Amino acid sequence: MSAIWEYRELFFFLALRDVKIKYRQAVLGVAWAAIQPLVTMVLFAWLFSQRMNPEAGSQDSKVFYLSALVPWLYFSGAVSGASNSLVGNADMLRKVYFPRLVLPGAAALASLVDLGVGLAVLLVFIAVFGSLSLKLLLWIPLVILLFVASLSVGAFLAAINARYRDVKHTVPFLLQIWLFLSPVIYPITAIPEQFRFFVALNPMVGILGAFRATAIPTSTVDLPSLLVSIGSTVVLGGFALLYFLRTEVELADVI
Amino acid sequence: MPAIRAERLSKMFRVGNRGRGMLREALTARLRGPPARSSELWVLRDLSLQIEAGHVVGLVGKNGAGKSTLLKILSRITAPTSGVVKLRGKVTSLLEVGTGFHEELTGRENVYLSGCILGMSKRLIDRAFDSIVAFSGVEAFLDTPLKRYSSGMRLRLGFAVAAHLDGEILLVDEVLAVGDGEFQRKCLTAMQDLQRRGRTVLLVSHNLAAIESLCSRVIWLDAGQARADGPTHDVLSEYAKSFSGGGGTAADLSALTQRTGSGAIRFDRFDLLDADGFTPMTAVRLGGSFAMRLHFTSRVSMQGLIFGVTFHSPLGSVVAQTHTFNAGQEVTVVPGRSYLDVQIRDFNLMPGRYVLSLYAAHLGDIYHDSLEQCLDLDVLPTARYGQLRGMDGSIVALDSDWGEPIASEAP
Repeated sequence: MSAIWEYRELFFFLALRDVKIKYRQAVLGVAWAAIQPLVTMVLFAWLFSQRMNPEAGSQDSKVFYLSALVPWLYFSGAVSGASNSLVGNADMLRKVYFPRLVLPGAAALASLVDLGVGLAVLLVFIAVFGSLSLKLLLWIPLVILLFVASLSVGAFLAAINARYRDVKHTVPFLLQIWLFLSPVIYPITAIPEQFRFFVALNPMVGILGAFRATAIPTSTVDLPSLLVSIGSTVVLGGFALLYFLRTEVELADVI
Repeated sequence: MPAIRAERLSKMFRVGNRGRGMLREALTARLRGPPARSSELWVLRDLSLQIEAGHVVGLVGKNGAGKSTLLKILSRITAPTSGVVKLRGKVTSLLEVGTGFHEELTGRENVYLSGCILGMSKRLIDRAFDSIVAFSGVEAFLDTPLKRYSSGMRLRLGFAVAAHLDGEILLVDEVLAVGDGEFQRKCLTAMQDLQRRGRTVLLVSHNLAAIESLCSRVIWLDAGQARADGPTHDVLSEYAKSFSGGGGTAADLSALTQRTGSGAIRFDRFDLLDADGFTPMTAVRLGGSFAMRLHFTSRVSMQGLIFGVTFHSPLGSVVAQTHTFNAGQEVTVVPGRSYLDVQIRDFNLMPGRYVLSLYAAHLGDIYHDSLEQCLDLDVLPTARYGQLRGMDGSIVALDSDWGEPIASEAP
């Protein structure tokens, strides 16, 4: 961990590189970070609102979808970026030493720019279609939790991907299934109370539920599921870190 | 106090399918038992070495001797299979020029990125930035993406960053082998500077002249072990002997094992003959003509072959080559022993010692036999040069006549 601190500049430079590359030679540039959640939101609102999800329809469907989509898209982007970060920088891994965790870390950090843009858009929607409240301060710890959860999953997948490229092909499916297992298109209250504990072992359940609760004036944070998700994030993070550090030493040989 | 201490380092790689395959293989491997076709390749074996702080040490050895693996272990890029490394001080490794460069980023951005990846702090890069830019000579393109750079510009920019690296211990791999003469000179100056500042340097190079001028001590790695370790001159002359095929220019090649290729053809003798093709010679003369006779054994009939001879400078870079492909000739061979002559006219390499490589191949780098730098060829001055003339370090002789100064304007 102290080694990570020593390499913090590298961490930021690599994140900066990822951000610059992502939007370079694109006319709309970083505006894409706003377009992606907006288009998905419109699509979801149009597809699901009335037919599948009457409960959502009773609230404001735009804020309902956007409030979970913005953090979800961060998770999805950070996990796929981080899981490819070791293989994508294989040349560098073979030529110079630095703590390898810097690479998935930088990928997850770079995606925070998108999250920031997304949250700004969400803020506008909340202001226009709902009301701003102090609950929004919860975003700060929630973003940290989201970062840790995304980095844990991404770093774990990155380490496996270094040896088995099957992971690269699996990640898109994994994220798709994960989307349906998380309360993005349905509210957390759609999950029967007695199952919520197990479902919340998926860190995204508590995190997305809490994000949405902060955005919708009438709803409150489901504390039990958030606590379970915090716990599972910590366990997942510890496990991912151990696995990553164990495989780190042989990375240059197997990648 | 030694800056670098390595004790009984060994490194083993598994050669075969394991570790590179698919998840499915790993899952089924447990059922099938240990993998049948993976064999062990020991790149380093029980290597111990110690380098005192402030020393510049050269590391030489043939390809595959374990030089790069040793540097990678010392720089923590890869872990040894067994053994211990103890380092005293900040380690900077330079195994490649332009590490971390990204195509889409500008020259300026790449200087910061690469410098940071190689272990420089942002403050250090800020301070060195102007000097890096001046060194690279690409000022005009600093805000142009790297993808628009020529390969020479990339190299210069990469080296400019490398030349400003700092650390108590520097591990440098073969960066001297690339680039033109001026680039190499800059490189040497930068290395000498490190030496003056008391840095500990371990330098891998095939450029023996560079090693000779920089290092006080040389370690010769052979098959993962230190074959010789001592004062530069002693080790280098011993090392040079090992690949000069007996030192002669009419040489028996059949015993040489340092060869690559399919083996369908094997060179077994090389003769240096005078222009008429009868009288053996020991050296050639600048401006003279001579013949080289390549004796070989072929196992099969083949056609469309390319035979070639490459001339290397003593520093290892290619200075000339002649091959049948350029001559517009395809060679057909029959099983058994044969020889092939090549005539060279008006030989215009400057006097000195050159090293030859021989090969027989099919187009597309399909080598049947390739002997890298297996023979020495001595070039003698012609009568046109007086004693000690014609030794100016240049390579190509220009057939030129200088006139007398003629006054073009009265004082």
